[in-house]
Amino acid sequence: MKNRTKLPNIYLGIILFVIYLPIVLVVVYSFNESKISSVWGGFSLRWYETLFRDKDMFEALVNSIVLGLSSSLAAAIIGTLGAVGFTKITARTKNVVEYISMLPMMTPEIILGMVFMAFFSLLGLPFGMTTLIIGHTAFCIPYIYMLVKARLVGMDKSLPEAARDLGASETRVFFDITLPLIAPAIASGMLLSFAMSFDDVIISLFVTGVNVNTLPIKVYTSLKTGVTPEINALCTLMLAFTILVVTVSALLGRKKS
Amino acid sequence: MRNHGRSRAGIWLMLAPLYLFTLLFVAGPLIYMVVLSFQQRAEVWGVVHTFTLDNYKNILTPVYLQTFVESFKLALTSTALITLIGYPFGYFMAKLPAIWKKRMMLLIMIPFWTNSLIRLYGWIIIFRANGSLDKILMGLGLTDSPLKLLYTYPAVVVGMVYALLQFMILAVYSSAEKMDWSLVEAARDLGASPLRAFYTVTLKMTLPGLLSGIILTFIPSMGLFFIADILGGNKVVLVGSLIQDQLMKAHNQPFAAALSLVLMVLTTLMISLYKRVTHSSELEGLL
Repeated sequence: MKNRTKLPNIYLGIILFVIYLPIVLVVVYSFNESKISSVWGGFSLRWYETLFRDKDMFEALVNSIVLGLSSSLAAAIIGTLGAVGFTKITARTKNVVEYISMLPMMTPEIILGMVFMAFFSLLGLPFGMTTLIIGHTAFCIPYIYMLVKARLVGMDKSLPEAARDLGASETRVFFDITLPLIAPAIASGMLLSFAMSFDDVIISLFVTGVNVNTLPIKVYTSLKTGVTPEINALCTLMLAFTILVVTVSALLGRKKS
Repeated sequence: MRNHGRSRAGIWLMLAPLYLFTLLFVAGPLIYMVVLSFQQRAEVWGVVHTFTLDNYKNILTPVYLQTFVESFKLALTSTALITLIGYPFGYFMAKLPAIWKKRMMLLIMIPFWTNSLIRLYGWIIIFRANGSLDKILMGLGLTDSPLKLLYTYPAVVVGMVYALLQFMILAVYSSAEKMDWSLVEAARDLGASPLRAFYTVTLKMTLPGLLSGIILTFIPSMGLFFIADILGGNKVVLVGSLIQDQLMKAHNQPFAAALSLVLMVLTTLMISLYKRVTHSSELEGLL
């Protein structure tokens, strides 16, 4: 360790610079007065004004939030109950179901989108918010499941046993002992799920209906057809939101340890 | 023991949502994909339920086979570049002092959690004719006309590397972080050259992370059609783009299913090969 050079640090710095450069450019140009993004026309907030007046955009935002909340909540319930239940049984179907429920994490998104689209049209489900929620829940479950399972493995098993010995029912043990202990894992799983749902383009494109847009779908369409600085403003706000979420979760993590 | 039967029923009640959801909405669609891939498309819209191998024969026609090969090449190129850039990054990061490790982690996580479209949009600004890159290069006198990098193959490669680099960094980091550095020192003390110590000790011990990073970047790079779409402008066609076109434009569900199945088999093979080589059941650095 004596002959440590500065080279590794320089390398880390350069790569980080390249990683952040595109993001910074998007933010900088969101304050550009000029409509042509290669020309700097002075500082302005006009694109934020345009954005806030855009009703379609607002609708897409509401959709994205509703979708993120519903799917992360559904995934949290299904994944948590499943992870807790699986620690208690040794059924033959256990490994199979566990493997299948983890598949959405291992499968390329394009395939998930494809199979969901084909299957939902087979079932005759109306494409829109319902299909979006089902699709997003499916890819969120593995994250909740894995985080909760990891937490359960590290948990002190004598606590629920003691409660049972003292006469507590299984329900009581779950709500009074297990749930509070795994709550941090559920919380970070839901945060991750919300972020993934809020970010998803591919699966959403396949399972959404004609009239339901999410923010990423809006951004995708405008990147393909023609970008206005309004998208820069939107991206900047989404970025601010992300930084907020990451910081909050990092702070939560610090408190825990 | 008296309420054993009741608590068993309770456990199954807890498991019911996971079982139902998984069987109906994960296993169901995947099984349907297999069935669908052996069926025929209807003349106008929908599917005719007759058994056929045409979809698989179709994949073997030169046009589509070419797409698979091209897509494979692009994925290989991106993965190789990601490994070259990401491995040293993860390795150096693991050697930082504890406080800097945490800060670095946060710095890596923010772009990782940032919407991938936002990050791609940044590259559009850079690559666009008369965009940031052209201005800098022309300003330095390195080029005298705009390079027109947007909608080219290199632009797509940069987009892929950029979108997936973090997976490699995190996977290598989580391997290198667990490593016992005294082994490297021991090798050096016993007279191994730095290169030999790296090759015999470090590389072997970070292999699970490296392989996991390769899988986590290679698999998505076959399917991330929106990167090819936005930065390549239809000039670069991935297997993912092909599936999307077949589904959305040609309305040929059976062929899209066959393409997906082939892609999925390739993916599964890679993951099981990984498990075979590293003797581990989960991918390193996934969470």
